[in-house]
Amino acid sequence: MNRIDQRFAQLQATGRTGLIPFITAGDPSPDSVVPLMRALVDAGADAIELGVPFSDPMADGPVIQHASERALAKGVGLAQILGWVGEFRKKDENTPVVLMGYLNPIEIHGYAKFASEAVAAGVDGVLLVDCPLEESATIKPLADAGLHRIFLAAPTTHDARLAALTREAGGFLYYVSFAGVTGANRLDLAPVRARVGAIKALAPALPVAVGFGVRDAASAVAIAEFADAVVIGSALVEHLANSSPAAAVTTAARDFLAPIRKALDARPARHAA
Amino acid sequence: MLAKPFDTAAAAAAIDYANYPDEHGRFGDYGGLYVAETLMEPLAELREAYLRLRQDPDFIAELDRDLKHYVGRPSPIYHAERLSKKVGGAQILFKREDLNHTGAHKINNTVGQALVARRMGKRRIIAETGAGQHGVASATVATRMGLDCVVYMGAVDIERQKINVYRMKLLGAEVVPVTSGSQTLKDALNEAMRDWVTNVADTFYIIGTVAGPHPYPMMVRDFNAIVGREARAQMLEQYGRLPDVITACVGGGSNAIGLFHAFLNDRGVAIVGAEAAGDGIETGRHAASLAAGRPGVLHGNRTYVICNDDGQITETHSISAGLDYPGVGPEHAWLKDTGRASYVGITDDEALAAFHELARSEGILAALESSHAVAQGIKLARDLPKDRLVLVNLSGRGDKDVHTIAAREGIAL
Repeated sequence: MNRIDQRFAQLQATGRTGLIPFITAGDPSPDSVVPLMRALVDAGADAIELGVPFSDPMADGPVIQHASERALAKGVGLAQILGWVGEFRKKDENTPVVLMGYLNPIEIHGYAKFASEAVAAGVDGVLLVDCPLEESATIKPLADAGLHRIFLAAPTTHDARLAALTREAGGFLYYVSFAGVTGANRLDLAPVRARVGAIKALAPALPVAVGFGVRDAASAVAIAEFADAVVIGSALVEHLANSSPAAAVTTAARDFLAPIRKALDARPARHAA
Repeated sequence: MLAKPFDTAAAAAAIDYANYPDEHGRFGDYGGLYVAETLMEPLAELREAYLRLRQDPDFIAELDRDLKHYVGRPSPIYHAERLSKKVGGAQILFKREDLNHTGAHKINNTVGQALVARRMGKRRIIAETGAGQHGVASATVATRMGLDCVVYMGAVDIERQKINVYRMKLLGAEVVPVTSGSQTLKDALNEAMRDWVTNVADTFYIIGTVAGPHPYPMMVRDFNAIVGREARAQMLEQYGRLPDVITACVGGGSNAIGLFHAFLNDRGVAIVGAEAAGDGIETGRHAASLAAGRPGVLHGNRTYVICNDDGQITETHSISAGLDYPGVGPEHAWLKDTGRASYVGITDDEALAAFHELARSEGILAALESSHAVAQGIKLARDLPKDRLVLVNLSGRGDKDVHTIAAREGIAL
């Protein structure tokens, strides 16, 4: 069973809301990636999204753009990233790892080659921002190898597409809380609640994670009212980038995530829809 | 991965090029819709609106009126007799897109997209620009329709195209410098996409080239295809036959596909695209995606891209900002693979030499982009007999480039 499915099954059984931090692989430094992943798990992460930096991140706001540029300047690439996942797996058999990024690095690496290497390293899912459902035949080799293809749904996604997405989604559906780029501050809860409700009506068993615009414990708790998991990216990446010296990065990660975990756990247990 | 629709030369010869892209926006393996989910419905709306409008007699009549009375179409075909004589080979003919309003072929596309935008009820126009020609052409049509206009432009390009930046401002557009990445056209495109994804409800994104997600490569091609349709008819009228070879410069490839498209099914017409070889393809400092790149995914479509072994898009170089782009329209990628067109590199030095040659022999200052096509036209003509006809798309005029050329040649203005 894919670790993502196991983890969401556990969350559901215990009534907890999933907490999924995103970090850009290689930022603030290549050495910090594996310790950071472990620190995030210690602080309560249920899964980790590892951003694969790309030179042209069209869907990202300035925080993740700059993190990607810093990582690329240090020569971070796919092979290295898969190596970090493998190292993380040596001591953590259970926490799902999702690679998030854009198609071209994988296209150039080769889909089948990437798929087998990613599975061997211990990757569980892949979210490719510029590969919508209509083009998902492109990444079929990834699904064939056992990787979950995580799809996005957005405020502009009409009901017919939503139904198709829920049918094809692997692992969970990632609901983008507003039309915009990552890290913008435009969260308006009521429409997000309504759309997540629509997804739940279509596919009661499919976990829904909400991301974009989740910045802190308060916004995470508000989203936990109706979502199975919250994703926190830009706010964490920015927090880590501003922490120095580098040795303090893992501490900074714990300090950032632990209060959010605590706030989520202080809520009454969720019950299956 | 989709199978290629042709496996042999015979199969390639049977392709009806007028029937592409398919309904998924594909030209063989290339094209498609590689964008974030948020843009999928807006792109579907645009596709439906455009497919409806391009068959709407009112829309077609309005577009034709604008092209005739505002753009100044048809543009002439001019026989460069002195240049041809100096080269000593085939006759060199120019399709004079440099004579259009705003000085380049770009206006053909922006006039069309602005009409689509208005009929879709959008009140705000955004665009990306490299050399500034598309930015100027977008600002021009936006202000004429009373629409707000924001143009994204790489900070490096703003520095080397100051005149066009000022022209856009005179036309009431806001020019936003893009300081991410290599600070050139590709980054301007990224930033325009980010704006669009954020303001998609009221904003129309006028992409300036035949790249991007479906339907842009098709729509931008259609609006520029007037160039080839006119040229084909003019050739038959003025010379009683089609040209032997046609050539155009290729960055994203909009002027080239504009000229090429009407000739694709005329198998007797050879088609050559001139890419920017910068300092020379062997130096790595170039922008020749087709001649030296590989298939990949960038800016919403699968096409040839210039990237490293990690799939990171690498910096390109060309003296001409309008060709300084690491991707290329997917239809060109397909034409290369089918063998219907060939693509070659022209260096900065070759383009500059052609610029001067054309200026002195014919009294025409060509844009640096178009000078690549002129250089290629001269090369092609040199190797052909005098009775052959080489048609070159003179896609833009060079007024915007005089500062770049002077600086390159050590002349203070």
